[in-house]
Amino acid sequence: MHSKNIEILVGLFVVAGMAALLMLAMKVSNLGDFTEKAGYSVTAEFDNIGGLKVRSPVSMAGVRVGRVSEIALDRENYTARVTLNISSQYDQIPLDTSASIFTAGLLGEQYIGLEAGGDEEFLVAGGELELTQSAMVLEQLIGKFLFSKAEGE
Amino acid sequence: MIESVLRGLGRWGLDLLWRLGRGHLFLWEILKGVPETFIRFPLLIKQLYSVGVLSLMIIAVSGLFVGMVLALQGYYTLVDFGAEDSLGVLVALSLVRELGPVVAGLLFAGRAGSALTAEIGLMKSTEQLSGMEMMAVDPMRRVIAPRFVAGVISLPLLAAIFSALGIIGAYLVGHVQLGIDAGIFWSQMQMKTDWSADVVNGIIKSVVFGVVVTWIAVFEGYDCVPTSEGVGRATTRTVVHSAFAILGLDFVLTALMFGG
Repeated sequence: MHSKNIEILVGLFVVAGMAALLMLAMKVSNLGDFTEKAGYSVTAEFDNIGGLKVRSPVSMAGVRVGRVSEIALDRENYTARVTLNISSQYDQIPLDTSASIFTAGLLGEQYIGLEAGGDEEFLVAGGELELTQSAMVLEQLIGKFLFSKAEGE
Repeated sequence: MIESVLRGLGRWGLDLLWRLGRGHLFLWEILKGVPETFIRFPLLIKQLYSVGVLSLMIIAVSGLFVGMVLALQGYYTLVDFGAEDSLGVLVALSLVRELGPVVAGLLFAGRAGSALTAEIGLMKSTEQLSGMEMMAVDPMRRVIAPRFVAGVISLPLLAAIFSALGIIGAYLVGHVQLGIDAGIFWSQMQMKTDWSADVVNGIIKSVVFGVVVTWIAVFEGYDCVPTSEGVGRATTRTVVHSAFAILGLDFVLTALMFGG
C-alpha cells in the first residue's frame, strides 16, 4: 500500500484510540466532575457515619453540591470528622445549615444531605457545620423498635 | 532411571534459566534502541500500521460483541433483583478493569504477536538479519525496536477502543433492545466508575500487557530455530506464552490494584 495511505490510516488509528480514551474519561468515568475540585472545604462531626465513604455525594435539596473528601476519627471525642468539599459556585450556604446522613434507596449508597438554615452569614472555607444528624443504622433502629415494643406491654 | 529423570529436569531448568536470561538481555538491547525509533519515524509508522491498524478490525468487532453479550447476560441476572439500572456499572467496570485489557491483549497476541514472530523468524531463517549485520545495520535498532515500540503504543489504544465499543454495544442492547432508561444507564455508570481507580488502572494493565506480549513476540522470532518448523514452533510459543503471561500478570496486577 502507498506510504501516504498508511500514514493516514495510522493517524486515524491513533485518533480512534484517543477518542476511546476520552470517552472512557468523560462519558464512562467521573473525570468530568473533577473540574469542580476548586471548591472549599468545611467539616462536620457525626456520632456515626454508617456506610459513608470518601467521594460520597453531598447534596442540598437533592442537588449535588459537593463530595466527601476526607473521613477521620476525632481522637478526643471519638466522633467521625468528615470533610466536605463544596463546589465554589455554591458559596451562599448559611452558617447554621444542618448536615444529615441519608441513604439513597433502601440499600443504596449513603450521602450527606444539607438543609439550609436561616443565618444571614455564609459558610466559608474551613468552617464547621454544627448541626449534624448521624446515619441510621438498621440494627439500631430494629433494636430501638423492639425495646419500645417491650416497654409498651 | 532416576538419573535420567534428574538429568532431564536439570536440562529443562538450565534451558529455562538460559532463555530467561537471554530474554532479559534482549529486552535491554531493545530498550537501548527505543529512543532511536522516534528519529526513524517512518519505520515506526509502518509498524504501527501492521501491528495496530490491522488488529483494529478484530478488536472493534469483539469489543462490540463482548459488550452486547455482557449486557444481555447481566440484564437477566440483575432484573431478578430489580437492579437492571446498574447494568451500565456492571458492564463498564468489567470492561474497563478486566475484559478490555485482558481480551484485547489475548486477541493482540493472536493477531499481531504471532505475525511479528513469524515475520522476524522468517527474516532470520532467510538470513536477512545476518545480511543487515554484514552491512553494518544493527537489526536490533532497525527491525526489532520499531516493532516493539509499535506494539507498546498499539495495545493500550486497542484496549481503550475495545472498552469504549463494548460500552456502546452494552448501551445498544440495554437501551434500544431491553429498554433501560438511557439517562440512568449513563449516570449510574459515571457515579460508580472512577477515573483514577478504575480507568487508569485498566490503562496501566494494558501498557504492561503491551510490553510483555510484544517482548515475547519479538524475542521468540529473533531466538527461533531458523527452519520452517522452528518458525512455526516459535509462533505457537508466542501465542501460548503471551496468553499465560497476560493471565498470570492480570491476577498479580488485580491483586495489587484492587485487592487492598
